[in-house]
Amino acid sequence: MQTNPCKLCAPLGASLVLRGIDGSMPFLHGSQGCATYIRRYMISHFREPLDIASSSFHEETAIFGGRQELLEGIHNVYKQYSPKLIGIVSTCLAETIGEDTQALISQMKANNELPEDVEVIFISAPSYAGSHSDGFRQATKALVEQLCIKGETKQQINILPAFLSTEDLRYLREVADSFNMPAVILPDYSSTLDGEIWDSYQILPKGGEKLESIASMGSSLATIELGSALDNSLSAGSALEERYFVPNYRMALPIGVKATDRFLDSIAKITKNPISTKYSRQRGRLIDSYADAHKYISGKKAAIFGDEDMVVGLAGFLSEIGITPVLCASGSMRSNFGEAVSEVVKDAKGPIVIKGNVDFIDIEEDIRMLKPDILIGNSKGYAMSRRLNIPLLRVGFPIHDRIGAQRILHIGYQGTQQLFDQIVNIILERSQKDSSVGYTYI
Amino acid sequence: MIRPEKILPNPSKVKEAILAKYPAKIARKREKSMVVNDPKLDQEIQSNVRTIPGIITQRGCTYAGCKGVVLGPTRDIINLVHGPIGCSFYAWLTRRNQTDPGPDGDNFMNYCFSTDMQDDNIVFGGEKKLKQAIQEAYDIFHPKAIGVFSTCPVGLIGDDVHAVSREMKEKLGDCNVFGFSCEGYKGVSQSAGHHIANNQLFKHVVGLNDEKPTGKYNINLLGEYNIGGDGFEIDRLFKACGINVVCTFSGNSTIGAFEKSHTADLNLVMCHRSINYMAEMMKTKFGIPWIKINFIGAMATAKALRKVGEYFGDKKLKDRIEQVISLEMPEVLKAQEDVKSRTAGKLAMLFVGGSRAHHYQELFKEIGMDVVSAGYEFAHRDDYEGRKVIPTIKVDADSRNIEELTIEKDPERYNLRASVEKMEKLKKKGLEVSDYVGMMSDMQDQSLIVDDITHWESDKLIEYYKPDIFCAGIKEKYVVQKTGIPLKQLHSYDSGGPYAGFKGAINFYKEIDQMTNTKIWKKLKAPWLSSNKESSINAEYVSA
Ligand code: SF4
Ligand code: SF4
Repeated sequence: MQTNPCKLCAPLGASLVLRGIDGSMPFLHGSQGCATYIRRYMISHFREPLDIASSSFHEETAIFGGRQELLEGIHNVYKQYSPKLIGIVSTCLAETIGEDTQALISQMKANNELPEDVEVIFISAPSYAGSHSDGFRQATKALVEQLCIKGETKQQINILPAFLSTEDLRYLREVADSFNMPAVILPDYSSTLDGEIWDSYQILPKGGEKLESIASMGSSLATIELGSALDNSLSAGSALEERYFVPNYRMALPIGVKATDRFLDSIAKITKNPISTKYSRQRGRLIDSYADAHKYISGKKAAIFGDEDMVVGLAGFLSEIGITPVLCASGSMRSNFGEAVSEVVKDAKGPIVIKGNVDFIDIEEDIRMLKPDILIGNSKGYAMSRRLNIPLLRVGFPIHDRIGAQRILHIGYQGTQQLFDQIVNIILERSQKDSSVGYTYI
Repeated sequence: MIRPEKILPNPSKVKEAILAKYPAKIARKREKSMVVNDPKLDQEIQSNVRTIPGIITQRGCTYAGCKGVVLGPTRDIINLVHGPIGCSFYAWLTRRNQTDPGPDGDNFMNYCFSTDMQDDNIVFGGEKKLKQAIQEAYDIFHPKAIGVFSTCPVGLIGDDVHAVSREMKEKLGDCNVFGFSCEGYKGVSQSAGHHIANNQLFKHVVGLNDEKPTGKYNINLLGEYNIGGDGFEIDRLFKACGINVVCTFSGNSTIGAFEKSHTADLNLVMCHRSINYMAEMMKTKFGIPWIKINFIGAMATAKALRKVGEYFGDKKLKDRIEQVISLEMPEVLKAQEDVKSRTAGKLAMLFVGGSRAHHYQELFKEIGMDVVSAGYEFAHRDDYEGRKVIPTIKVDADSRNIEELTIEKDPERYNLRASVEKMEKLKKKGLEVSDYVGMMSDMQDQSLIVDDITHWESDKLIEYYKPDIFCAGIKEKYVVQKTGIPLKQLHSYDSGGPYAGFKGAINFYKEIDQMTNTKIWKKLKAPWLSSNKESSINAEYVSA
């Protein structure tokens, strides 16, 4: 039994990826409830309009299969939205009845039953075989596999982000620009899920990576794949490498100096262009602040929880600044999660508990024993933070009890700087509050 | 509250324009779900029919109505969701139901329980896993009851949640375990789930404890879910009037209260859609009459309390109710007058729920606003047209899918609380006895009623009516606000509430005032991009 789970379901991650493509519409093949719930949930985090279609299974559909509903649904979405791409995501339902959705779509294409000027692709994402972050990877991989075509090598790079904020995605684009290098970022929901106020109604929000660009990913110089707790079966980077010989640089999220160094350095090597002085300066300031604040945080303990890639990224960063990530926990169960964490916490002092496939009951139990000074994770940690009276820094997904989740910058020197300042201040605030005399200078 | 009614524009043209964009088949279908209202006529509206694949709906699933809506707000039952993780996660405290367990009471509402089905459970069946989960939940929490909810994949692989529940109930001895076949695909919306929840609660819980209530005027409040603390405000008023609430279905409630609910003398039905089955079954089996009331709106609240007074017919009670009303009203009227000076004449649209789109019209009327268009998300024809149409509603395959319990008089415990003559008399006095007149007869001439509104339709209607406020849920919130119109969530109240009762009405007036009069909406366009010269900045060069 999972009590208060620390993971969500796979079609959510896949829908998010589809929102990061220009003119694309996610379509869940299953009952309407899944689509409604997933929309509802993502909207509470992003605070943006977000449509997800559904084939609206009913009892007899569930028994006899959903070909008719799928076809009708695709046509209705096409008529209303005029999308460039419809991403069909299977839910637990379609998978449970053993519907071969891929075959259905191929058959519809062969019979000319589908509208002509729209790409229809299929993503298999049953939730009983993975979490939201797996769904995210499955979708990225399926897109690459179904849309890429081999062409002449192009002066461009691929960036495959993890389940990140819209601000993070804007940052990735900015980095590529600083190297004067076009980048294909898949997915890029930086404007579709963090848009401006509208002048006129937008049936599909503007923005997202272009289909032509995605098609050209097989011709890029290299791929930067963010997230080290990933094996090849979920990796779009590996797929590109195997099929089109595009070298894949897989690495942990660039949080902290070391990880960001590696990230920027890799791009510099690939593009043979220098790292902008802007980043050297940011790095300098970050290190300077490490030196200034070191004494307040050294030897402190943190518990982190959430998506495996975010946890790995944070664990590396915390170890770097002298905070021991005493608990690194994730609700999903990727087999290489433990390895990926161990890899980045070598410098940390003291024992570290690493756990996959845990719920918040397990996490809270560990936290009671480990007594960390700070919790770092998503909004679902609030209840235990309140019960245990340990402050919570909200990062990642989902964040639905604060405003601005999209605008949290987690990565790069700048994102690290923001996280760092917040962590130090939370710890200072606590000791100031707990101090019997109070103090006004630090 | 009497004021000259504004004559609303005839929306037939915009209705046509909306339908024109649809393929013919869909247009024919949607046409029947859009009615230009004439309160003097009996007009039929199509509702409770399947959503069209690929048309984005705001509706949820059967499971959402069962677990999320009806069972969710009861604090001391463990709601164990049998299925993959998402279904349970998404229903985890998202409805802002509040509860007050006291210092020692059980409260499992903050928890989310799931069997987290995996690949091998799908292939080999999940009953074993379910049994283990029930045992685990019991060992850790020792709850009085465990409800087991079947999600779509579970229904498909054929796990029998009822058999497992029976077995575990027997095994555990002091824990009532019962199942719900509320797979999402069962019905056309959450509405099917309400019905299933009513059935199972009635079968497995209601009537288990015959202990008589201690109060004098004993009632149940049905269809009140204590969102944003509404139930607390209503309870405060009941208490002030000396009315004893035996049980609320199901806000701030407990299994113990459900067990005793058949000992009350009157059922008050708030949300007709989600709970009318329970009211009817209790009437048939135990002889408890029900009346429709509404605690949304100050006048509606006063009316609801007076109805209870009329029913019990006791002078002392009636006097006390009048006293409470006269004590509460001055503050309400003061707030009303103040707010009305800024809100009068503004327009509202409401698309929400199975009762809320009706109930909330009261509050808007009280601050002088007009409701130009409204509709429900998952209601049936009776919620629009009144219960009188029930015999004429076509029973389709989807409704047949939901079990209709055959209820008979309880041989020992049936006790007709009020004679037929008495109830007839009350009816003549305007009490909706075993009845609900529906939304349409309360709405203005030429207002537009739309069932299960789609994105495209609401967008067009916003363009047409340019309302000052749009009421719906979080799924619609940010798309409506992108166009510069504030959206008030009436499923979960944003972060506000209570809105019920007298204090709640004041809260609502103030919030609507704030939302419709905030200056943000005037600043959407940067002045240098605006064609409106007045709002641009008048900059001048200052020469040094
Ligand atoms: S059935 Fe699967 S896809 Fe649908 S909500 Fe549940 S876990 Fe998610
Ligand atoms: S799987 Fe079924 S029960 Fe679960 S959310 Fe989807 S529609 Fe609802």
